[in-house]
Amino acid sequence: MSTTDLPLPTVRPAHAPPGVGNLRGTRSFPAEARESLQDTQLRRNLGKATGVIRAKRAAVVDEVPDWEELRLAGSAIKTDVMARLPELLEQLEASVTARGGVVHWARDAAEANVIVLDLVRATGADEVVKVKSMATQETGLNEALEAGGVAAWETDLAELIVQLGEDRPSHILVPAIHRNRSEIREIFLREMPGVDPDLTDEPRRLAMAARAHLRRKFLSAQVAVSGANFAVADSGTLSVVESEGNGRMCLTLPRTLITLMGVEKVVPTWADLEVFLQLLPRSSTGERMNPYTSTWTGVTPGDGPQEFHLVLLDNGRSGVLADVDGRAALNCIRCSACLNVCPVYERAGGHAYGSVYPGPIGAVLSPLLTGITGEDDPNASLPYASSLCGACFDACPVRIDIPNLLVQQRAASVESHHRPTGQDVAMRAARVAMTSPGRFRAAEKGLGLGRALGGRSGRITALPWPASRWTSSRDVPVPPAETARDWFARTRPGRER
Amino acid sequence: MSAGGGAREEVLARLRAGRDAGAPRVAPGPVPRDYARRGEHEPGSAGALALLVERVEDYRATVTRVAGEGDVAGAVARLLVHAASVAVPPGLDRAWLEGTSAAVVVDGEPQALTAAALDHVDAVLTGAAVAVAETGTFVLDAAAPDQGRRMLTLVPDHHVCVIRARDVVGTVPEALARLDPAHPLTFVSGPSATSDIELDRVEGVHGPRRLDVVLVG
Amino acid sequence: MRIAVMATCLGDAVAPQAVRATVELLERLGHDVVFPPGQTCCGQMHVNTGYLREALPVVRHSTEVFGPVADGEWDAVVAPSGSCTGCVRHQHAMVARRGGDETLAVRAEAVAARTYELSELLVDVLGVTDVGAYYPHRVTYHPTCHSLRMLRVGEKPLQLLRAVRGLELVELPDAEVCCGFGGTFAIKNADTSTAMLADKMTAVLSTGAEVCTAGDSSCLMHIGGGLGRLRTGVRTVHLAEILASTEATQTPSARSLATGVAAEPSRAERGDPLESADPRQEAPL
Repeated sequence: MSTTDLPLPTVRPAHAPPGVGNLRGTRSFPAEARESLQDTQLRRNLGKATGVIRAKRAAVVDEVPDWEELRLAGSAIKTDVMARLPELLEQLEASVTARGGVVHWARDAAEANVIVLDLVRATGADEVVKVKSMATQETGLNEALEAGGVAAWETDLAELIVQLGEDRPSHILVPAIHRNRSEIREIFLREMPGVDPDLTDEPRRLAMAARAHLRRKFLSAQVAVSGANFAVADSGTLSVVESEGNGRMCLTLPRTLITLMGVEKVVPTWADLEVFLQLLPRSSTGERMNPYTSTWTGVTPGDGPQEFHLVLLDNGRSGVLADVDGRAALNCIRCSACLNVCPVYERAGGHAYGSVYPGPIGAVLSPLLTGITGEDDPNASLPYASSLCGACFDACPVRIDIPNLLVQQRAASVESHHRPTGQDVAMRAARVAMTSPGRFRAAEKGLGLGRALGGRSGRITALPWPASRWTSSRDVPVPPAETARDWFARTRPGRER
Repeated sequence: MSAGGGAREEVLARLRAGRDAGAPRVAPGPVPRDYARRGEHEPGSAGALALLVERVEDYRATVTRVAGEGDVAGAVARLLVHAASVAVPPGLDRAWLEGTSAAVVVDGEPQALTAAALDHVDAVLTGAAVAVAETGTFVLDAAAPDQGRRMLTLVPDHHVCVIRARDVVGTVPEALARLDPAHPLTFVSGPSATSDIELDRVEGVHGPRRLDVVLVG
Repeated sequence: MRIAVMATCLGDAVAPQAVRATVELLERLGHDVVFPPGQTCCGQMHVNTGYLREALPVVRHSTEVFGPVADGEWDAVVAPSGSCTGCVRHQHAMVARRGGDETLAVRAEAVAARTYELSELLVDVLGVTDVGAYYPHRVTYHPTCHSLRMLRVGEKPLQLLRAVRGLELVELPDAEVCCGFGGTFAIKNADTSTAMLADKMTAVLSTGAEVCTAGDSSCLMHIGGGLGRLRTGVRTVHLAEILASTEATQTPSARSLATGVAAEPSRAERGDPLESADPRQEAPL
């Protein structure tokens, strides 16, 4: 092992390279949303599910008197982590290594996938069981494993629904949130070998079907792949927070465990978990505590996997770290609370974001990780997929100022333009008008033309593009005969200042 | 050991460069820890026990309260009345099993139980390292002789867990302070469950579908 | 008190009735109101669309125009808008710092410290909740996102409304959910914006209110534009107009074009011979 700490002079923080993984869709958010908004089943499913989880979260957050203090601590711990990230990772590496684990480093998604595939092949296994993991979704690990001849079995119920349905995940916590019980029943009946043909859509029966389907896999699997919710630098402890017990199965029964985690998941000390193990469950599933949290440190002889590999993934995180404002997005603990309260997410759904990270945090994290390549980059549209209503900030357990990050990423989107867009031209013209009272008044006079459009009705119902995007669903008030400033000057002469 | 030295150095160098380039304009102060470390109730107090019972039952697990160690066996026998077999870790107080008609399988006696073998065992009986009243959680420490290897409490479909009053604390911080992160730990809050279907909680997926707690004291 | 009114660009050009009401209300309460003539816009549209560089000169201009409040020439600046106040308070200094102008940032912070949204000025600064208003209508209140979550005005607008004589205040279901306006969001993501608007209109209509009020003319233009398009017979009226209304002034009357977007019944009441809802007939060009 090399111990040199000399920074390579040519090394710069990097974005996630394109072409591998699932951080970017193929179309802009408005184009995707236009279609998903018409999916009445999706609208119903999402409306119901997010409504349920919002109420549950509110109830268990309201009963915690020191919730704000926990949020402040969580935010500060994460801010501290980002300021010491390289050192904490080296400490984590040393702790894990001392306890018999092997630490690997991956610059990007492709490298992470190769590392995992090679590790699986080295065991001789041709299949792995998987715990739900955003990092492996981000890198497209399942596809890479399949291409390498290794079958990946998703064991989280929602991931299983997505995998069996050859679907894409649409939510961080519940990737199949866009499916309702009857759709899930149909998928199981169609895709699950040996399933009871009399399966009903009762959630308990559906969960039982998943249990029966995966039981033998768990008992025979030789290799498991997981993500991690937290990694403790000083003790080398990894943690997975889950509900169903599929995580425990994967973390306990196979001989080999491979954990892929983004570098930002490290926390300094064991005691720091006392904050996050309170913030995360209440924010994500709206429970006081999730059914199962597993922690493990390296390898324990006679108990659990006897071979443990930890893969630390950059894939754009160093680039996010270099962004003074943007690095706060790395504080995210993937609870999904911001998705569940977002009126845009609730209506457009997770697929409209293209990336595996949807919702408000995804709308900033995805472009931060990939960088924005220009006005035609689908990720350039993500920061605009918000009305800036601010509900996400209030819900965020680590106080990420998502509205501010959305504005900052909008700026990054604007700065990526290779040629001036119509919006650029309009904004420049508006700036010119708004920095001179004379020009501003002239522009206001121009608005007076609108009075002719309104006629006697007092409203305008149709305007040419791009204002037609407003009038397609909303009337426009006819501009008044007299502006406020003219009224004031007329009625209170000499008192303007 | 570490593998892939080239990537290691490059990732660390990138992160150092990123950390410096994106340093906040104002250096952050120390982490404020003004949240409650201790609960409203003293560890082991009547209030803590009552809260634990309420919160565990909220997860649709059962709680049987017994006055002393001598009453554990009777409670366990009643809870295991339908179990033909029960697995136990090697350090479990055997007196707890005295009233039970189920066949007792002890991990490690003579050899370590396999997952396949445990799949044919109806229930598992363990102690617990600590319990958190506010969240209805108990923690299993795999290094503790009465809690045992992690698979023991995972594969059988029915878990009976005996918690002593002195091990009941109010809050998560109090619990973590009592635990050794070097040991494999499992935090259990109710039976296995999922919220993956329409975000409604349904009990019983891959872990034990039935969870019974015996609270002593 | 000597109070400078920040009309906001929208309030000046499109919704002057809210500005007029603000001025008249404050004068009725005995304050000296000035209208700084150089004012244009706070720059929020530029900031929130990502044009932070274009926003810098707009912020500089706004800070210059309202700078006298930092020097004590006026006691306060008031805007009949939560979002414009929020922009001044939470974004102006950010834009200045990002543009490398620390002097401007400090000056902007000084201006922001004395810039208030109307309900804040009334309740926090002037210490009044009963402004002596009379408004005999069934009203529901939509808390706009920026007044709610950027400024945290909380109950203040409701305290003011509860003290209005004749006013029947009805609670809006899911009040804290965004109406879908969001500035350029309404244009750039028109489909999603419309979907949000539909739910807000459903909530408003479920109250049986004849008037939906709020502290932002922008959101009201959006909600009112939808309510008007569907000929729901529900009007949108700015909070300032309700508070400015008295028995004597009767403003705004039930027949006034409150935000310029009238509901269908008022046309019939005006005896308008054009009964058709066909937009082509309403735009006689």
